[in-house]
Amino acid sequence: MRLFVIYTVDGITNGAVYAAVALALVMIWRATRIINYAQGAMAMFTTYIALIVIRHGAPYWLGFVIALAAGLVIGAATERILVRPVESRPPLNAVILSLGVLILLEAIAPMLFGGQTQSFPTPVSNIDLVAGGTTLDFSPFDLFTVGAVLVAMLLLFLVFQRTTLGLRMRAAAFNPEIARILGIRVGRMLTLGWGLAALLGALAGMLAAPSVYLYPSNMDEVLVFGFTGAIIGGLESPVGAVAGAVGVGLALSYVSGYIGSDLAPLGGFVILIVVLMLRPQGLFSFGTQRQV
Amino acid sequence: MLEVAGIDVRFEGVVALDGVSLTVRANQIVGVIGPNGAGKTTLFNAVSRFVSPAGGTITYKGQSLLGVPAWRLAHMGIARTLQGLGLWPTLTVLENVVAGAPSRTRLASDLLALPGADRRTAALRDEALVNLGELGVADRASGYPGALPHGIQKRVIIARALMAHPSLLLLDEPASGLSATDVNDLIDVLRSLRTRMAIALVEHHVDMVMAVSDRITVLNLGQVIASGTPAEIRANSDVANAYLGQKVAHA
Repeated sequence: MRLFVIYTVDGITNGAVYAAVALALVMIWRATRIINYAQGAMAMFTTYIALIVIRHGAPYWLGFVIALAAGLVIGAATERILVRPVESRPPLNAVILSLGVLILLEAIAPMLFGGQTQSFPTPVSNIDLVAGGTTLDFSPFDLFTVGAVLVAMLLLFLVFQRTTLGLRMRAAAFNPEIARILGIRVGRMLTLGWGLAALLGALAGMLAAPSVYLYPSNMDEVLVFGFTGAIIGGLESPVGAVAGAVGVGLALSYVSGYIGSDLAPLGGFVILIVVLMLRPQGLFSFGTQRQV
Repeated sequence: MLEVAGIDVRFEGVVALDGVSLTVRANQIVGVIGPNGAGKTTLFNAVSRFVSPAGGTITYKGQSLLGVPAWRLAHMGIARTLQGLGLWPTLTVLENVVAGAPSRTRLASDLLALPGADRRTAALRDEALVNLGELGVADRASGYPGALPHGIQKRVIIARALMAHPSLLLLDEPASGLSATDVNDLIDVLRSLRTRMAIALVEHHVDMVMAVSDRITVLNLGQVIASGTPAEIRANSDVANAYLGQKVAHA
């Protein structure tokens, strides 16, 4: 029972990070119908930027803010410069493009930052809390991880549901032609959508790095698990993606705890393949109609 | 207000519009009619900057529209509806109309969900309700468009277009699929809107165009074959041959 609690807490914490990645993938998919395979590599890049800032003596929080800002800029720039020209082309062009960005970023990173694995600081303690003599099975950083992802999701929800900007972003993604007639700068909305998604990815990078460490391909597995969560959720649904990603986090934590930690990555791929074979539209998708 | 002069539009060598001209003055309703494939919607698409003419000029309030990006038109006071409605099925009617407001986006305050953003959204909602009221469908504001009858949806897209405070309103087949009563209501709405804007409409419903238009332009095979008042168009034998004649033959 004790082990089950530990694995569950681990699963939720990891799931929160996968959820941030999954949500970023869903945002980009809904805006531009592209799976951004470079999502993880972009997050790796912004996390390195944060590490440099922190190593130069700046407080963790400055590095944190700079990483998120860098994510916004890198995401927006990628859409504007690289994705825009292929947006009206066959979907395969965009797939190759985002794989290209992934390979490019993972090749540049060792040149800029060095290829060796580096430890990454946490803003709060990573040691399990103790209350009244008993060790609780989560650390302040676990709480921070889950809390940060929840806050980010809440903010995004408010922007998309409650502001006219969010309404315009949804309108631009759903029907660009009508959106243009209504005076919406569709291109700008898509750029912003990519920027916000990459910002969310950058957050995932900051939260993942203390446990998976930082090296040029450190986010590869996180991307696969986040992608699995997004697929389970049906790719269209932000709620489905989050639920799917937390589910993946829990499943992998149980696999790793009860069977063996070497099997966890394999477990992720098995889930992905099974879902794609049995229910490619996702577990949470009830039809093929696009949602705004 | 709008001056289209001698525009040519070609698609892959096919001539869609050949030297077409159209003038719309303030507080005027101009109808564009013609058989299927005459180029009516292409003419609107050229004005809306969805297609670029190979030749000719398009000016609005004395300013050339060629080179103006499509999204800017709504900010300049040119609103348009599409045949395909284009209502967002998962947004309420009210949200659909609010999304039609081409106000400037204030990125920072919207992203941070500042109180100012809420105030602006509230003001837009009020305005959207006024527009829905003018079209007689304010009671549908909280419903979803998919559940509404076609005639109501057509009013909602006009209400949405009005969010731009247009001085020129382009309507693409506003009467298609409407019942006789709905068409009469639409004529009343257009007459009332004419007091504060110019309206151009592309339409198959000839009787409706005859009833509501100040001027009519007739297109056939990408060319203007007649232009004048409804009475002149009715008397024009070319028009009767190319278009109205067919109608009579069918009737």
